[in-house]
Amino acid sequence: MSLLDVRDLSVVFQRRGERPFTAVDKVSFTVEPGQTVGLVGESGCGKSVTSLAIMGLLPRRGNKVTGEVLFDGADLLKLRPDDMRDRRGRDIGMIFQDPLSSLNPVIPIGIQVAEVLERHRGMDHKAALKEAKELLDAVGIPDPMRRLKEYPHQISGGMRQRALIAIALACKPRLLIADEPTTALDVTIQAQILTLLKQLVDETGTALIMITHDLGVVAGLCDTVNVLYGGKVVERARRHELFGHARHPYTHGLLNSVPRLDSPRGERLHAIPGSVADNIPWAEGCAFAPRCPNVVDACLEGPPPLEPTATGGDLRCNNPVSEEVAVP
Amino acid sequence: MTERTGPLVELRDVKVHFPIKSGLLVDRTVGYVYAVDGVSLSINAGETYGLVGESGCGKSTLGRGLLRLVEPTAGEIIFDGTDVRSLKGEKMRRARRRMQMIFQDPLSSLDPRQSVESLLVEGLKAHGLANDKAETGRRLRETLDAVGLPASALTKYPHEFSGGQRQRIGIARALVLNPDLIVADEPVSALDVSIQAQVLNLLEDLQAERGLTYLIIAHDLAVVRHIADTVGVMYLGGLVEEASSDDLYREPLHPYTRALMSAVPVPDPVVEDRRERILLAGDLPSPTNPPSGCRFHTRCPWAQPTRCADERPALREVVTGHRVACHYAEDIAAGRIRPHEVEPELVRPTDDAAPGDPGELIPTP
Repeated sequence: MSLLDVRDLSVVFQRRGERPFTAVDKVSFTVEPGQTVGLVGESGCGKSVTSLAIMGLLPRRGNKVTGEVLFDGADLLKLRPDDMRDRRGRDIGMIFQDPLSSLNPVIPIGIQVAEVLERHRGMDHKAALKEAKELLDAVGIPDPMRRLKEYPHQISGGMRQRALIAIALACKPRLLIADEPTTALDVTIQAQILTLLKQLVDETGTALIMITHDLGVVAGLCDTVNVLYGGKVVERARRHELFGHARHPYTHGLLNSVPRLDSPRGERLHAIPGSVADNIPWAEGCAFAPRCPNVVDACLEGPPPLEPTATGGDLRCNNPVSEEVAVP
Repeated sequence: MTERTGPLVELRDVKVHFPIKSGLLVDRTVGYVYAVDGVSLSINAGETYGLVGESGCGKSTLGRGLLRLVEPTAGEIIFDGTDVRSLKGEKMRRARRRMQMIFQDPLSSLDPRQSVESLLVEGLKAHGLANDKAETGRRLRETLDAVGLPASALTKYPHEFSGGQRQRIGIARALVLNPDLIVADEPVSALDVSIQAQVLNLLEDLQAERGLTYLIIAHDLAVVRHIADTVGVMYLGGLVEEASSDDLYREPLHPYTRALMSAVPVPDPVVEDRRERILLAGDLPSPTNPPSGCRFHTRCPWAQPTRCADERPALREVVTGHRVACHYAEDIAAGRIRPHEVEPELVRPTDDAAPGDPGELIPTP
């Protein structure tokens, strides 16, 4: 059985007097124990909303979440808020993008780490603080004893992100969701954090959902990658297949449009025309059709189905890029 | 690219220091943020100079200092033969027509209550170039066309455009004055991946058509490598390495550049699984109290007991056209010095004036 099985998850935002907006549209994917799964896409593709829906962190009003999120076979969406609170932090940890705004600025870091241990593992304050020190040490924060008493503004961005990782891993969760964990960081600090995450995932056997817009981050980390566009999964593949032979025109276009450090200079970038705002609703056809170079008539007649490919992935496209065309 | 003549811009030992003020009644200067501390470089006409570095290294301050949007503390800025720093008042204002800037965040750098037309005309008016109405209209449409926006955009407001289109408006605003030099501070980092390529291509096309000279400031090495002819790498207010884009990426000589390049993720699992990372320990030291000697020696895996901690290395030509500020560049390149473990030093974010915050300026002598 999969550790996490997301089935037909949809999130519709609805405000009074406005048209409902489908941010996540019947997304399904699974995470096996110890596996690292990537959710990739540009802003507005629904990747963060998916993670918030899994964690039950969406506001209670103004949206409708449907589908199933099976964790160990139990549907998280059906849990009472109290039971969900028990799960969050204990079974599923989460790391957010901006460590400064996700840490409490008026509480010392040590207390914030210990809080999780007291709440979920029933430790007393003293033992929890001791454990917190060990945790800070494990994520590579120098001089952890003194850091315990310090406030988030007193340490650097990279250290804050490490503290956040320590909090997320405090209860040894079986699933960790990282939502753009390195986007706010410099590239050398990003390398530190990614190496740390990889090492912790290997050591603890935690499954990881990595949410990012950076294809480079995914290439080095994820076993399976889901590419999202307009709230739907458009392509899913193991990472070597995805980066070697991207079949969906969107994935293919994305890979071609990023300048690479190791590619020869002077070549023109193949930009994807238009912008993410040029979507059409999935009900009327493929959302990517207005920007797609491979568009055919069928694309505007209804949403193409997500079909399994020969290489074990899934693809939602009427006219995919041929398998022979390797991404340069 | 276009014809290569002498340098259009030359910076000589430029310094930008921000004072840190403290005190209740009398402002005492208690220290300085050494944002830019002695940078010399030259940009040839028609070429693109890329400036890379991490946040807080002073790259944006250098770009702003070049245009005197912040006042440099010392040094010379020679633009087309004249020292920009000696220009005063009206003369400086007029000189600015020839050097324009593109900002990172197109939404916050465009006034939300000005229509595109008004945004573009503002600069023309300031330089007395908007006297003939028909001519101005033609010029605006031409500029919009050059950046790939329809003429109907003139009557719209910034919020009606997508991020990529807004950045095009920012580019049009710089372009409409027909400048020689454009300083672009992180021109694509606020944009989605698929839009970045459009803007980069546009910048390249404009350069080919108009013979523009660019100073592109970015933290993304892949972007800079793609667009720049010459690349300068900055660390804590100083230039540590400078070379042609190809040379720099083929053979980085400074330890910091090596670490920086090995840290950039490449969207290719085959490469990612193979490559070796040089992980830097710790964080960037504070620019208020930069390390003695080589600024990088506290994090450098190749640091040596002699010279590194007490003698600041000068930028010197190690290979033709390849300048490096490292005492041991040759030894490291030849493999005579092996990297070693570095204990991370604890760095505190400065509670005082951040390097990005201009605060109060030092009066120029």
